[in-house]
Amino acid sequence: MRLVERLPRPLIVFFTVIGPGFITAMVDNDAGGIYTYSQAGARFGYMLLWTLPPIALLLVITQEMNARMGAVTGKGLSDLIREEFGLRATFGLMTLLVVANLTNVMANFAGVASALELFRVSKYVSVPLAAAAVWFLVVKGTYHSVEKIFLFACVTYIAYIVAAVLISPDWEASALASVRPVIRWDPLYLTLIVGLVGTSVAPWMQFYLQAAVVEKGVTVKEYAESRIEVIVGCIVMVVVAFFIIVACAAAIWQKGPRDITSAADAALALRPFGEYAYLLFCAGLLNASLFAASILPLSTAYSVCEGLGFESGVNKRFREAPVFYWLYTGLIVIGAAVVLIPGFPLVRMILLSQVVNGVLLPLVLVFTLRLVNNANLMHEWTNSRFYNAVAWIAVFILIAMTVVLVGSSVREMFFPGPA
Amino acid sequence: MASSLLFLTELMGMRVFDLKGRRIGRVRDACVSPRVDRIRIDQFLVGGEWNWWTVRHDQVSSISLDGIYLRDEQLVPYHDDVWMLRMVRDLLDQQIIDAKGRKVVRVNDVTFDLKRLNAHDELHVLEVDVGMRSIFRRLCQGIVPPRAVRRLMAGIAPNSIRWEFCNIIEPDPQRRLRLKIDMKALESMHPADLADIVEELSHEDREAVFESLDSEVAAEALSEVDDTKTQAAILESLDADRAADIVEEMSPDEAADVLAEMTEASSEAILDEMEAAEKTDVEELLEFDEDSAGGLMNSEYIAVPDTGTVADAMRIIRENEEQVDTLTTVFLTDGAGRLTGALPVGRLFLVDQTALVKPLAGEDEVVAVPVTERRKRVEELVDKYNLMTLPVVDETGVLVGAVTADDVISMLRQD
Repeated sequence: MRLVERLPRPLIVFFTVIGPGFITAMVDNDAGGIYTYSQAGARFGYMLLWTLPPIALLLVITQEMNARMGAVTGKGLSDLIREEFGLRATFGLMTLLVVANLTNVMANFAGVASALELFRVSKYVSVPLAAAAVWFLVVKGTYHSVEKIFLFACVTYIAYIVAAVLISPDWEASALASVRPVIRWDPLYLTLIVGLVGTSVAPWMQFYLQAAVVEKGVTVKEYAESRIEVIVGCIVMVVVAFFIIVACAAAIWQKGPRDITSAADAALALRPFGEYAYLLFCAGLLNASLFAASILPLSTAYSVCEGLGFESGVNKRFREAPVFYWLYTGLIVIGAAVVLIPGFPLVRMILLSQVVNGVLLPLVLVFTLRLVNNANLMHEWTNSRFYNAVAWIAVFILIAMTVVLVGSSVREMFFPGPA
Repeated sequence: MASSLLFLTELMGMRVFDLKGRRIGRVRDACVSPRVDRIRIDQFLVGGEWNWWTVRHDQVSSISLDGIYLRDEQLVPYHDDVWMLRMVRDLLDQQIIDAKGRKVVRVNDVTFDLKRLNAHDELHVLEVDVGMRSIFRRLCQGIVPPRAVRRLMAGIAPNSIRWEFCNIIEPDPQRRLRLKIDMKALESMHPADLADIVEELSHEDREAVFESLDSEVAAEALSEVDDTKTQAAILESLDADRAADIVEEMSPDEAADVLAEMTEASSEAILDEMEAAEKTDVEELLEFDEDSAGGLMNSEYIAVPDTGTVADAMRIIRENEEQVDTLTTVFLTDGAGRLTGALPVGRLFLVDQTALVKPLAGEDEVVAVPVTERRKRVEELVDKYNLMTLPVVDETGVLVGAVTADDVISMLRQD
């Protein structure tokens, strides 16, 4: 806090508002997210913008429950699942979480590779360096210094807003499209809607957010501020997504709708609109990938160790918490290494990631809802009846959408269509 | 049975047979009555077709992996268990404190010692299992036959905690009393270890630990908790009079820091419950800005009249016995309480009891700071002059407190 006190006043306000909820929402815009938003903009222009407000709502509903559980119980989500549902359920869930997050880590190292390849840095240099940096940052730094770096990383998401403004898109059309739902019975259109939701509401977030709220020592008394932070975080996340979609709509779709192959492909398409827009988009992609690649392995290692009762924490030595460090190191090393293997089926791994995430999400959400309504744990902080109704509807929508997403991913994994 | 060990995973779901060898149900839980016997399984809860039955330990004839055979079938339906510690419900999957390994662990399984006593079998709780081996057992439970599990797990290193080192954390004070749960084993730990453990616990469990610890140990542990915000949250969760007991035992500067972190209402409530002397000390410190020398200083120090002798100094030190653990410097003051000198406590032993203290302090001017001095400057001075204790004076030069090197180290660590 002392460093913060020396900063000018507007910055203080900024830093006091942002914290776990904000970081979680920002990490959510990782390489996979940026790709999906770019694809939505490139293929359908401004048309899909209307999905963003409902996505923000879904995010707020799911995130808020976890933040509340963390503040009230002081325990992580995997701790609570273990205590209430036993070891076997926890073990199964944690196995899925490791697989899902490993593929997420791969996707993000691939993001680092492609962002830096645009700057003519070979991936054989960039990826090992990034992996080493991520590992040292967390293992050798303290939590507070790490959090400060992450908070600063959040600021760089402004890059997308600036990039979008530089392209001068059709603001009127985008404003209109944000509030006017359009349903088209086009399989690609519907898949993309599901993809947008799937990339926004991810299972690891539930674990990470709750753990971060506990780690920060938020109690019931300060919970009101945390809730505001969660809501603000979700809104800012959606705002960033809005600008990515708008940028790609203006740069690609207006010239002729097409599919893009990666987030880096989207960045390249921005080049004709000026070197700055292009550079900012690349920088944003690099930052987002690095950010997610540092948070995901750490969050996974924490969740697994806490749920299964192994010692965890970056303040422990390697010998004291071997499982924690092996898991953390393994996720980074494997996640980074596969990107360097020539001919590795990365696209298939990312599809697999969507399937595993899709299986995991309903389970996590149902566990969350059952825990948050457990009066022994939550006392007077359980969901109200209205909130429960809304939450169950949200969960039902999410489950329905993930079933669709899993179905299409499985189909594509085994019968890759003419994309 | 070759081995006389039995695991809770094996006991759960074990079949129970009556005198004629008819199956009456399966074991659902096992209870210890700590008030009667801390280690013996006193009752087995058996799930029958319609309800649960209670099987007392003396109704059991034999226990083996093949099942439990009874020698008395007059069973009572299961109901109240307020005096019971239930292994599955209260222990399995929960966090406990390992007082020997000084850490928080999660219970995966429980190992029992199977004993043949007076021609019937009894189970005694031996160890609580953590680590890979017990996870493996849990995952196989009910899927792989117990004998096969025992063979397979032999390759995995065991990791267990003896029952007497296990500290169960029970948030409900009444149940704590009934189950004879106390924190005695924790009180012998180093306060810094205890603080690390407490930081890992949930809000409710922290509260439980601080409610049952001895106030002095609680105060030491609380002082070692890293973050003032966490310290304040812990105190705020306790009753005001309990919190006051703990705050009284803390050094006034730390107490003031914690109280300053709380809301006005909570800190007032705690101050109201405190003894007058400690309350005044703390209230004086609360007046100062947290980041000034006044806010950092401790009002506990040893001051000796500069006209006195070594014997006088020794007497004053003896009168302030509670400070000797951390005492490094003795201050000299004139008749008006103004600081005139400082001498390392060791020098008192170099000369005769009748010698005057003044010459021991030397001629150099004593380094001191006013109460309004900034934190940064305090750190610099302590570093520059290699001070263990830096005296703090008010605007007229009267000694009002001292900042110790360990306070400075804590501040530097927080940056």
